[in-house]
Amino acid sequence: MWDYLKLIALGAVAVLAAYAATLARDLPYLVNAIEVALVAGVAFVWILFAMGKRTPAPANEYMDGVVRAGVIATAGWGIVGFLVGATIAFQLAFPSLNYEWAQGILNFGRLRPLHTSAVIFAFGGNALIMSSFYIVQRTCATRLWGGNLGWFVFWGWQVMILLAASSYVLGGTQGKEYAETVWYIDIWIAVVWVAYLVVYMGTLLKRKEPHIYVANWFILSMIITIAMLHIVNNLAVPVSFFGSVSVQLMGGVQDAMTQWWYGHNAVGFFLTAGFLGMMYYFVPKQAERPIYSYKLSIVHFWALIFLYIWAGPHHLHYTALPDWASTLGMVFSIMLWMPSWGGMINGLMTLSGAWDKLRTDPVIRMMVVSVGFYGMSTFEGPMMSIKAVNSLSHYTDWTIGHVHSGALGWNGMITFGALYFLTPKLWARERLYSLTLVSWHFWLATIGIVLYASSMWVTGIMEGLMWREVDANGFLVNAFSDTVAAKFPMYVVRATGGTLFLTGALIMCYNLWATVAKQPRKAAAAVNAVPAE
Amino acid sequence: MSKAPAKTTKPGDAEVTGHEWDGIKEFNNPLPRWWLWTFYVTIVWAIGYTIAYPAWPLLKGATPGILGASTRADVAADIKRFADANAPIEARLVAADLTEIAGDPALASYAANAGKAVFATWCAQCHGAGAGGNVGYPNLLDNDWLWGGDIEAIHTTITHGIRNTESADARYSEMPKFGADGLLEAPQIGEVVHYVLQLSGQAHDAAKAEAGAVVFADNCAACHADDGTGNRDLGAPNLTDAIWLYGGSEATLTETVTNARFGVMPNWSTRLSEAEIRSVAAYVHGLGGGE
Repeated sequence: MWDYLKLIALGAVAVLAAYAATLARDLPYLVNAIEVALVAGVAFVWILFAMGKRTPAPANEYMDGVVRAGVIATAGWGIVGFLVGATIAFQLAFPSLNYEWAQGILNFGRLRPLHTSAVIFAFGGNALIMSSFYIVQRTCATRLWGGNLGWFVFWGWQVMILLAASSYVLGGTQGKEYAETVWYIDIWIAVVWVAYLVVYMGTLLKRKEPHIYVANWFILSMIITIAMLHIVNNLAVPVSFFGSVSVQLMGGVQDAMTQWWYGHNAVGFFLTAGFLGMMYYFVPKQAERPIYSYKLSIVHFWALIFLYIWAGPHHLHYTALPDWASTLGMVFSIMLWMPSWGGMINGLMTLSGAWDKLRTDPVIRMMVVSVGFYGMSTFEGPMMSIKAVNSLSHYTDWTIGHVHSGALGWNGMITFGALYFLTPKLWARERLYSLTLVSWHFWLATIGIVLYASSMWVTGIMEGLMWREVDANGFLVNAFSDTVAAKFPMYVVRATGGTLFLTGALIMCYNLWATVAKQPRKAAAAVNAVPAE
Repeated sequence: MSKAPAKTTKPGDAEVTGHEWDGIKEFNNPLPRWWLWTFYVTIVWAIGYTIAYPAWPLLKGATPGILGASTRADVAADIKRFADANAPIEARLVAADLTEIAGDPALASYAANAGKAVFATWCAQCHGAGAGGNVGYPNLLDNDWLWGGDIEAIHTTITHGIRNTESADARYSEMPKFGADGLLEAPQIGEVVHYVLQLSGQAHDAAKAEAGAVVFADNCAACHADDGTGNRDLGAPNLTDAIWLYGGSEATLTETVTNARFGVMPNWSTRLSEAEIRSVAAYVHGLGGGE
């Protein structure tokens, strides 16, 4: 019965999408409509052939299939995102790499949103979804709620990535940073995200543990807040049902403020709260030590989520934004410093008593560096939000360096640590294929991040100083092109750092593949059984 | 509770809360003192800052802050400070005869400074930061001028621009599209191109150039002059030197004769003050090619 309903729905979607494709008013919409029709068609055929053949899932086992798929997706999209990132870094250093034949598809302007969305939403999003599905099952000692809804979240997210990526390179964008996806993709994101919330809440509600573990607080706050941010920031009226263009509901400085309320909290909740959830599970598991302080985890959690949401205006210092909003954005950012560091303290202090593992376990080392970069970028952020500092740093490469020390150092490294932790567990292997390769990955990634961040500090501060330099009569000393020319060597260093980071990730992919393909299966039975009461 | 967890605590550890998830326990450590006090300090500082600066939104407007700070007022004050300081010399610059500027040390030094800044901000995009030009955008360092290279001519060009639709006094001329509009046949274009190659001292086909001389005299000489040295009143380039705006190869010349060129420059009179225009005119004039 349920399968027939699915078939009808998928068939209708395929036909409607194919029809919409014939009416398409622009290229991104046309390609997206064809993709939707194909995806719905494939799903239709798959369900048709699987009908009656599937056995009901065992209720006494964790639902790990979707986590395994998530591990593969995270690693795969990570490579795509890092590769596009390294490509555009070289395009900035050597503009001739914006080939004439690739104009309008693979030039910097088209690839930049592809890079940011690929690393944040494809790599980071898959990392969050898969690790949260793993964590919530283990810490609630129960199978993921909602049956195949978890699979819907996984595949729905991949479809979103496919649609977004193909629309970006063809010019489909609503022009909002980190929210470039056009209106129909935004609606789809909302649907998938609400399904994610339902699966997560359902699992929490039927947990067998008396308390909810701190990792789950962070992840739940992330899911709820991102839903709110995404919906409000993407309020728009489509120009046509058969085109990708829409008009934002809010205009001018209100729209800018909404965008950066969204943008800053995408960092705060997606890349900070969500990843702190990962940290709170994987660090104590890998270190085999208790969390340092329960009190600290409560206080910094509530302080963090209360303060973060107000800090967005610091992205708009010295713009059309009124001074008062600017002030509030700044002081809330300063107050955010210690609540952010609470997570770092809890992560690092959890290792006290297990410091010897730093010598022997490169995965722990990765997690420590990750928490270290988290601490550094959550200090740098409040500092850059101070108006006087921001007047120098704003619009410069310093911002890009700051983002990458957080994204590569914190989000990237903690995700790598989680992937190294999960792969042997999920595929029931005794251990990783090679710890030496993990060490290689660790050093390549760390050196890559250091090159990236330090080169961006140098060019950022340099161009900030060059832009504001005036002579005795008050005339600007430098042309914009002078600053571009002066940045060239540092752009080469940055692209080199990015390439090292990408190389490390490729080594990781090989290592994870070899762990599954070349390591013997663990003898112990029922590794993913839900523990009895 | 979970299956028998690995032992994660050791003798001498702090007490644990008693909760356990998948083998993860929690110590009952207090908040680190330094952390808590730093947090308090940031909160106190934040409250103080919001009293001092514009901060809290009210029904109309917001609290102004007891320091009366305003970023917009700060910028206006900065701009006014320099404008006031520069006002006397700018008044002299505007009143002076253009040809006097170079001879007056105070004016010349101010104009060079201001002109460089104006050039870097408004002109460098097309003419290059070093004024070396680009394909389609003249080099301003050499002594080859399309519309004249004395300071008055440069001043007029900057003020009114070239071939724009905004200024009635913009310099204007239009080369016919000899090929596209059917004024010349393809063989004739080939011949005249070889004549131009000959004029500029490049390798050419002598027979074609000889025939091209006739085509040139009938079609081109009116603007580019009988000897090909051009005419500044019409912005018609000198074809005998080795300096090319769009390129001097056979292919580029054929393209130029076939489809013509129509370079445009904005009129800066509506964007720059007279003092700024005079400064940048003096700057360009002083780059080396000024007459």
